[in-house]
Amino acid sequence: MSAAGGGAALDVTTLTAYRCRELLARGDVSATELTRAYLDRIAAVDEQVQAFLRVDESGAMAAAAAVDAKPRSGRQPWEGVPIGLKDIFCVKGVETTCASRILKDYIPPYDATIIAKLRTAGLIFLGKLNMDEFAMGSSTENSAFHTTRNPWDFDRVPGGSSGGSAACVAASEAPWALGTDTGGSIRQPASLCGVVGLRPTYGAVSRYGVIAFASSLDQVGTLTRDVRDAAALLDLIAGRDAMDCTSTGLSEPAGTPGRADLRGLRFGVIEEYMGEACRSGVREVFDAAVDSISALGGVCEVVSLPSVERGVAAYYLIAASEAGSNLARFDGVRYGHRTEHSEDLYEMYVRTRSEGFGPEVKRRIMIGAYALSAGYYDAYYAQAQRARTLIIQDFARAFERFDFLISPTSPTVAFEIGERAADPLAMYLSDLCTVPVSLAALPGISIPAGFSAGLPVGFQIIGPHFSERGLLNVAYALEQSLDVNTVAPLAETAG
Amino acid sequence: MNAAPTGKSGAAGDGLNDGSREPTVDREAWESVIGLEIHVQLSTQTKMFCGCTVTFGDPPNTHVCPVCLGHPGVLPVCNERAIEYATRIALALDCRIAERTVFHRKNYFYPDLPKAYQISQYDQPLGLGGHLDVELEDGSRFTVGITRAHMEEDAGKLVHAGGASGRIDGADYSLVDFNRGGIPLVEIVTEPDLRTPDQARVFLVQLRSLLQQLGVSDVNMEEGSLRCDANVSIRRPGDPFGTKTELKNMNSFRFLQRGLEAEIERQIDTLEAGETVVQQTVHFDPASGAVSALRSKEEAHDYRYFPEPDLTPIELDAEYVERVRESLPELPAARKERLMEQYSLPAKDAAALAGNKPLGDYFEELAAASGDARTAANWVLGDLSAYLNTSGVEVADCPVKVAPLAELLGLVDDGTLSGKMAKEVFETMASTGKDAKTIVAEEGLGQISDLGELETIVVRIVAANPGPAEEFRQGREKVLGFFVGQVMKETQGQANPQIVNDLLRKQLGASGV
Amino acid sequence: MISRQEVEHVARLTRLRFDEDELCRLQAELGRIIDWVEQLAGLDLSGLEPTSHAASLKNVLRADEPVAGLSQEEAVANGPDVEQGQFVVPRIG
Repeated sequence: MSAAGGGAALDVTTLTAYRCRELLARGDVSATELTRAYLDRIAAVDEQVQAFLRVDESGAMAAAAAVDAKPRSGRQPWEGVPIGLKDIFCVKGVETTCASRILKDYIPPYDATIIAKLRTAGLIFLGKLNMDEFAMGSSTENSAFHTTRNPWDFDRVPGGSSGGSAACVAASEAPWALGTDTGGSIRQPASLCGVVGLRPTYGAVSRYGVIAFASSLDQVGTLTRDVRDAAALLDLIAGRDAMDCTSTGLSEPAGTPGRADLRGLRFGVIEEYMGEACRSGVREVFDAAVDSISALGGVCEVVSLPSVERGVAAYYLIAASEAGSNLARFDGVRYGHRTEHSEDLYEMYVRTRSEGFGPEVKRRIMIGAYALSAGYYDAYYAQAQRARTLIIQDFARAFERFDFLISPTSPTVAFEIGERAADPLAMYLSDLCTVPVSLAALPGISIPAGFSAGLPVGFQIIGPHFSERGLLNVAYALEQSLDVNTVAPLAETAG
Repeated sequence: MNAAPTGKSGAAGDGLNDGSREPTVDREAWESVIGLEIHVQLSTQTKMFCGCTVTFGDPPNTHVCPVCLGHPGVLPVCNERAIEYATRIALALDCRIAERTVFHRKNYFYPDLPKAYQISQYDQPLGLGGHLDVELEDGSRFTVGITRAHMEEDAGKLVHAGGASGRIDGADYSLVDFNRGGIPLVEIVTEPDLRTPDQARVFLVQLRSLLQQLGVSDVNMEEGSLRCDANVSIRRPGDPFGTKTELKNMNSFRFLQRGLEAEIERQIDTLEAGETVVQQTVHFDPASGAVSALRSKEEAHDYRYFPEPDLTPIELDAEYVERVRESLPELPAARKERLMEQYSLPAKDAAALAGNKPLGDYFEELAAASGDARTAANWVLGDLSAYLNTSGVEVADCPVKVAPLAELLGLVDDGTLSGKMAKEVFETMASTGKDAKTIVAEEGLGQISDLGELETIVVRIVAANPGPAEEFRQGREKVLGFFVGQVMKETQGQANPQIVNDLLRKQLGASGV
Repeated sequence: MISRQEVEHVARLTRLRFDEDELCRLQAELGRIIDWVEQLAGLDLSGLEPTSHAASLKNVLRADEPVAGLSQEEAVANGPDVEQGQFVVPRIG
């Protein structure tokens, strides 16, 4: 690849963020050239992938020019490296919709804390990425605007809810992207799109300015081409934030993972995920990765966490209950969509919300209100929270014996667009392996482990609270050993 | 006379018991049962969950931020001073402070509630199970149980526009201002221990003075920093509680009493007519004096409370609670006892001074400066309070400060001024801000105590009135008054009456020999 | 199982409206989901405290110090209907 100028277009398809940083630091490319190259790539492939909701070409180019105006010696390490943002993050002055009609044209008057951090670090925001409306979904089919395609097979979903973020990295439309993970919304699309997806420990990253889905579960995380980029991006966004009293930051920075072997480490294979739910092609890739761990010196043993099978039900009750409350503020009074027909207040509320929300969002708001309503609270919400306590205890017991737990990220590879859209329950079960980790507030990472019938298969590693540094080192060692291709073979149609 | 010390809204019951009730219904046969819910806006610098300043009366939506406007993505962070103030209130009401207290979300839609949920407390409030001892004006006492004291955030303000009345019923549309939204509140809920509207009013007056002494709120009912709703029902004494109605937002002590009276009357009329009281919210209209049900096409309340996941639980350890307890100022009941003991004040005066912190402080400073507590109390509760009440001035803004008033009292004490003259000088001090000595000098007000000067006048007047002088010598003591009057007229009231008396007796007796 | 009445009650609570077809479908879907989460009812969870907060933090508070907010213009900039610096809402009754 020839990066340097001379009119030859910069090929961004294999670039990691680290590589971008190197090229910028050496002066091989300018921030403007790099940003232009990504904008060109977006222009070339996004018509097919449809990862972006809105590309901020002028904002990105202006930010890049501002970087170039500074002497290289006066820049910060990641200054000038572009990034894609899930449309769930509030960016001051930039339309932010959460892929919902109810927030169409909403211009936040403030920056999310992580956005302010990335701004300060000098990253270039390429635009806002597609997602399931309000992060509710596992396929990105619930976006009010369009469905994103899996770069490995355009007939298949990229997963969700951070489907735009995963697809954009897999399609090399950005070197990395930010997403959010409530029940698996980073790890599952990372698995389906063949990229690295990291969900940090709850509290490692501020949620301020991240449009809430389920407050006790939401975490910001990273979608990257490799594990080192994940560690670097995590260090850029992590930290205690005075605006989020549930945030604590990391106990130590993730640093630059460099571990070469897994000697002395014990890995627990979660038995409950090895059954019939796990499709055969996925199982084979998983088993091969387990062999790699053993080859690297790690010890793998089966461990049972009986409560995780109930996890998905508990998760949906808790998440829906919190979501119903979090989404009540979309009432047509202060921002966002308001119906044209509002003779009185009640009509205004009902029409605004009924016009503004899509079917899956409405379904979850209804379930949440039902679970919290008088007479049902103890049977549903409180019972789900007790089940959550049980899951937390199961994981704590497992971590007494094991350093890390492992499982497939998703029981299946990417499914076809429309395949599960009509069946909410089947869709919910896509998150079987990822949801309990969220309930226990643990960090989890999905790394590409191979392919089944040409489609990526992800491998999930779960660590104890605030074990990100160790988790990323283990993921790095395994990634180096597996050496899986992460560049989706897609043709450019334009540009 | 001692004026009511509680400020302009404290004036009790004007025209309340005007006897205009119908004679046909036996109202005495009914007992009312009243419980109050009081909302206290805390006088913190900033709001409960964001850094916006707490203000009153500024242009709309000028003390707001993404957090208190409920923008997508925002999170609340709890104000530590609000916790401290709420703890003070709970302790002053003798509540048990919860070791662990949790915020809940109370979910409902209303335009003044930006997140469509209010962050409040539900089954784990900060304070539980307290009481306040209340003393009525006749000196009798009763105890009101405090069910709970919990923290929550205030809603924004709605202004109803269009239509004729400015009320919600006739309005075409409403305007929302969120300056008030998110101001910290403490809600105090009493047990249904109050039996008359008068008791309810007196309870609220004394609760207000308690809150004022705690320094946690402006407790201004007109501005809404103290708000009161009432739950009221009636029953035959000894019967179980009747169906209650909720009387909303009475913004003065008087309206609380009048609203309760009107609602109790309405309930009695309803039951006496053989109908039943419906559980509902009623609104008191101060203009008409009538109560009316608020129109409600809402469903039954189903607030779907659940623990607020965006806030951490609060655990106040014993050490913290003790620290707050030690920081509490002297509370009215204790202060009253001390004032009686330390200054030998009668109970009524001590209660009046203890019930109004600034006035009580003024009194104690004046007593110290003047050295005469009894006189100081009479002045503070008399002329000073009367002046404050009529002028509507707060103690803190009173133009007559303690030191100048002490000086005035000294002029009375040394005989320079009579009590009557001192009252006039006080008025002048209040209106001009000048000190007493300046006023006395400028207006030539000092009493004439100069023996020589007075003797000359007395001699002249006795000489000019031989008839009355003779009458006095015959034994008609009353005639002395005539001579005193003549001397006072001559001296324009500035003569020292005791000296004049002595001189007259001497002169009248002398000329008789 | 969830009754038609319950679906309608919850729709009112959440300020959502559904037409007849949607209501029928929703009742069936919610019923299936509720039946599915009923599996939790079978667990013996007595003696377990509900987890309502994800992190075991407490007393994370902020000092009572003012922070600059928005101007009136910024505050109402996203408002769908604004008059004199305030948000307009239709007749409440």
